[in-house]
Amino acid sequence: MKIHEYQAKAILARYGVPVPRGEVAYTVEEAETAARKLGGSVVVKAQIHAGGRGKGGGVKVAQDAEEAAAISKKMLGMKLVTHQTGPEGRIVQRLLIEETLPIERELYLGIVLDRNQGKAVFMASSAGGMEIEQVAAATPHLILRETMEPGFALQPFQARTLAFGIGVPAASVRSASDAMMALAKAYEDIDASLAEINPFILTKDGKVYALDAKINLDDNALYRHKDLLELRDLNEEDPLEVEASRHGLNYIKLDGTIGCMVNGAGLAMATMDIVKYAGGSPANFLDVGGGANADQIRNAFRILISDKSVHAVFINIFGGILRCDTLATGVVDAARELHVDVPIVVRMEGTNVEKGREIITASGLNFTIAEGMRDGAEKVVALADGKERA
Amino acid sequence: MSILVDRNTRVIVHGFTGREGTFHAQQCIAYGTQIVGGVVPGKGGQIHLDRPVFNTAISAVEATGANASLIFVPPAFAADAIMEAADAGVALAVCITEGIPTEDMVRAWQFLRSRPTRLIGPNCPGIISPGRCKMGIMPGHIHLEGNVGVVSRSGTLTYEAVGQLTKLGIGQSTCIGIGGDPIIGTTFLDAIQLFNDDPDTHAIVMIGEIGGNAEEQVSAYIRDNVKKPVVGFIAGQTAPPGRRMGHAGAIISGGSGKASDKIAAMRAAGITVCDSPADIGDNVKKRL
Repeated sequence: MKIHEYQAKAILARYGVPVPRGEVAYTVEEAETAARKLGGSVVVKAQIHAGGRGKGGGVKVAQDAEEAAAISKKMLGMKLVTHQTGPEGRIVQRLLIEETLPIERELYLGIVLDRNQGKAVFMASSAGGMEIEQVAAATPHLILRETMEPGFALQPFQARTLAFGIGVPAASVRSASDAMMALAKAYEDIDASLAEINPFILTKDGKVYALDAKINLDDNALYRHKDLLELRDLNEEDPLEVEASRHGLNYIKLDGTIGCMVNGAGLAMATMDIVKYAGGSPANFLDVGGGANADQIRNAFRILISDKSVHAVFINIFGGILRCDTLATGVVDAARELHVDVPIVVRMEGTNVEKGREIITASGLNFTIAEGMRDGAEKVVALADGKERA
Repeated sequence: MSILVDRNTRVIVHGFTGREGTFHAQQCIAYGTQIVGGVVPGKGGQIHLDRPVFNTAISAVEATGANASLIFVPPAFAADAIMEAADAGVALAVCITEGIPTEDMVRAWQFLRSRPTRLIGPNCPGIISPGRCKMGIMPGHIHLEGNVGVVSRSGTLTYEAVGQLTKLGIGQSTCIGIGGDPIIGTTFLDAIQLFNDDPDTHAIVMIGEIGGNAEEQVSAYIRDNVKKPVVGFIAGQTAPPGRRMGHAGAIISGGSGKASDKIAAMRAAGITVCDSPADIGDNVKKRL
């Protein structure tokens, strides 16, 4: 789960990471009040779940509260496009109004899981303010790493090593390492899958601050962090994806015209691949899971069809736990109930496949049965071609 | 022959009396797997599916002589079950559970390093040596005894590959689903090494997916050490970057984890990489 910058900063502040004074604002009035309270010049920062906001016009400095109000008026409701949002962009609905600080240097701090070691790795770099992927590609020697031993977070000696290593002046090493250890502690405590402070700044008077912050949470661990669950912002998520997750389905909207319904994530990805290979373009990724029941199949189908860019549907199921007859019943019911008018290609294999095919054929609906993945992909691409939905 | 599991594998099922545990234990028993008992805290002393239930793994191992654990415990308790199985001294633990918090697996993985137990999974379909032992949730009937080793990060895509092989009359020595999570017990490299050392495995199928760099690492090993034909496929070639496609592992970020990088590394190692997932069986036939 992704959270906003202001939410991430509030969490980090609780653990003792210094953050600039600031307030979240949902309206122009709130923004102006916040700016007045902070006094002097402020930064107005659009809160969306994507990076690259500065370049897209989502971060602006205001000299006083009046200017902050004027900027907020433009920013709230605007469509912010960055390299991470895709061309459709995101509508800005929340702002963070923050004090400005006299920046001396911009550094980088981040924690991710190292799959090879099976442990989290704390990264620090003197090259702050730019994307760490770019630093890693161009100047990898500028990224220092310390492995976090499970349960030990970051030890003081590790933090000092990193702080000295990225050139923090001796007088500020103590406060910089304290902030690093606090970040590591937060990462472990809240079951983060990513925690990043970029830039981590050194001010002209030798203080350190998290000027920006990004935290992703491990979805699998949210059950033990009920308080963090409240930070979810449904406005940042695709409504169909939210709907799907309520039914225990894994759905991701894509740009194409062929709706795909598959069991299992690997087969679902392979199905998208083979659709593309056959000259088509998948409208979504939809994994109904290994043990879906007829009800879930019906919901999956409804979600799939409610995407108006879908011209044809490809159902590719390898029945193991999910039996083909269960699937067929669910699909036929859903197609009847929803008066589906797009062609549907069904490819089934595995447990009870004959029964499943009988149910599909006997339904008298607009189904095409395919033999194997390739045949299915070719058939659905041919059917989707040139079709526009009424 | 086969790797890791065979007719002598004696399995205890953790979460034996639950819905999933019961259903799949029945399926495994029907396939011929020696399921010798189960572990369910608080239900020790009961009999389930004609087999004894124990409160702890250690007591189950002592009473039954089990050498393998099959774990169907819910995600919040699964890492604990993995550690309990390892502490009881089983040689192999297979964890099917999906959705274990990463932090829990970080700790369990650390715990396993000082134990002799090999872990397969979590978030995987398990392992099967066709005709001998099925320890997992895969449909047994699509498999055929034979000489091709299959290793995969995915579940149903493995069935797809196995189904293609069986249709062509090509049997399998052992099929392992290593799981799609960021932290897994048995890696591609481990599985390929085992298949390479198994005289009855004549060819290897490896099915990867986007995210991580396991496929790149194993490619270097194959280039230098494996003389057997290897056929591969990478799922997610058309997935948009940065989106999570069901498996936590399938996240591409920056330059690593991309399908194109993996495919290039595999081809450079002499692996036949299929462009289309429908060509896996045919390519194995060609290489045999």
